[in-house]
Amino acid sequence: MSAPLLTVDDLRVTFPTRTGEVQAVRGVSFTLGRERLGIVGESGSGKSQTGRAIMGLTPGHAKITASKLEFDGIDLLKATPKQRRDLRGKRIGMILQDPKYSLNPVMTIGKQIIETLLAHEKLSRSEARERALKMLEAVQIRDPERVFGLYPNEVSGGMGQRVMIAMMLICGPEMLIADEPTSALDVTVQLDVLSILDKLVAERGMGLVFISHDLRLVSSFCDRVIVMYAGRIVEELPSADLAQAKHPYTQGLLNCLPTIGTDRHPLPVLERKAEWSA
Amino acid sequence: MKMGKMTDRTALSVRDMVVTFDEYVALDKVSVDVATGESFGIVGESGSGKSTLLRAVAGLNRFDEGTLSVDGRTYRSGSRDKEFYRTVQMVFQDPYGSLHPRQTVDRLLLEPLAIHGFDDIDGRIARALDEVGLGAGFRFRYSHQLSGGQRQRIAIARALILEPKILLLDEPTSALDASIQAEILNLLEQARKDRNLTFVMVSHDLGVISHMCERVAVMKNGRIVETVPVEALEKRAFSEDYTRQLLVASEGFRRG
Repeated sequence: MSAPLLTVDDLRVTFPTRTGEVQAVRGVSFTLGRERLGIVGESGSGKSQTGRAIMGLTPGHAKITASKLEFDGIDLLKATPKQRRDLRGKRIGMILQDPKYSLNPVMTIGKQIIETLLAHEKLSRSEARERALKMLEAVQIRDPERVFGLYPNEVSGGMGQRVMIAMMLICGPEMLIADEPTSALDVTVQLDVLSILDKLVAERGMGLVFISHDLRLVSSFCDRVIVMYAGRIVEELPSADLAQAKHPYTQGLLNCLPTIGTDRHPLPVLERKAEWSA
Repeated sequence: MKMGKMTDRTALSVRDMVVTFDEYVALDKVSVDVATGESFGIVGESGSGKSTLLRAVAGLNRFDEGTLSVDGRTYRSGSRDKEFYRTVQMVFQDPYGSLHPRQTVDRLLLEPLAIHGFDDIDGRIARALDEVGLGAGFRFRYSHQLSGGQRQRIAIARALILEPKILLLDEPTSALDASIQAEILNLLEQARKDRNLTFVMVSHDLGVISHMCERVAVMKNGRIVETVPVEALEKRAFSEDYTRQLLVASEGFRRG
């Protein structure tokens, strides 16, 4: 493999609070090539803050340090706001959890997609419209012309998330960060959205960071999985080897899920050990 | 353990229930019978009517048609008497929204006891906290000082403190982390065993339902499309295509 797309080395995100500093991310290191990487953890594990730090969306009062945070040779920590803006949307895309909150409610879907496009490329209105319609088609929206003119509240959650994907992929980014992209959707819709995402990521050879609390889902979708606990990476392994996970936290997470066809009463619970977060 | 305590007595019976919100039919002639001591699951997507059904039973929604009988008594749409709430209690999905933010745990647990005129209030609150595994140290905390899992334990303590016979559970663990979910499911199961409770549990997660319940009703567009024993899920012995879709979706992503 050539030079990685993204290099994260000893990333730390610290929030000052009245009672002292809280370290949400405490020394996370990984690299990403043109592959699908999953980051799994429970609430408060720092998985979302890791994604946001890469994207440059950490709140202003937080402190980010890293010995290296590099995207395709660009030092993200030293980049100017203008450079970061040029990256966001154009070369790095991000899909958030709930389309109800992440789409602009007072702008039509078509306009939002075109806005992204025109922010990064010099196109005429009609060319932009053409591209947006093509993109809506690519995320398997049946009647793109109609959806183009709708407002976000007029579409379902699954369709909203497809629109979000369309908007994020229209400039052809090289890397995509998906933060719980299907958690707000119904189970039957989840799979549709995932297979669209999967197809587009594969076709375009993008690097994908898939952030989720759902270990099983992530391992079925990604090539490699990072498991986070209390701001640190406790284990990193190929998805196929999930059953051979060594860390007791990963094993515990896998074990405590009720599944169809197993009769385990009571369910095994996770015994948290202080040394995991030490 | 499953099916063991089934008796002929019906704990809850819903016949041809219809709930409409303006023009929208949320429940379309739904009938459900749950036996005493049974654990009955309801699955479906958002908008299928599963929560509406629970809320109509609990008296939080009115219903337009149909009959409801609980523990041998019939109830009409609208308000319920005290006796109903001594028999039926409910645990909600979001532990952040279902506890009063300005009441301590003590006050939250005291209120139902005071309303229903229980004696030995002090002892009951202490025992209720013990039962949900929290202990006396949590008694004078506010809900914002608790984690999501601890809040859900308080919500369960509040439901159990009136010694109900039937517990309505509306997605009780879907707002919780997987490891916390296991703890709460174990707690609910233990409570059911100890008190011979009847559960009606709504969830979108077939894994949770098959773990907790003996029978499951699959809902879609305000109707029950089929009711099967949970063993049928494993053996794929069901007839509805929609049930199969839900089952496939619960097994994770497959490429190809």
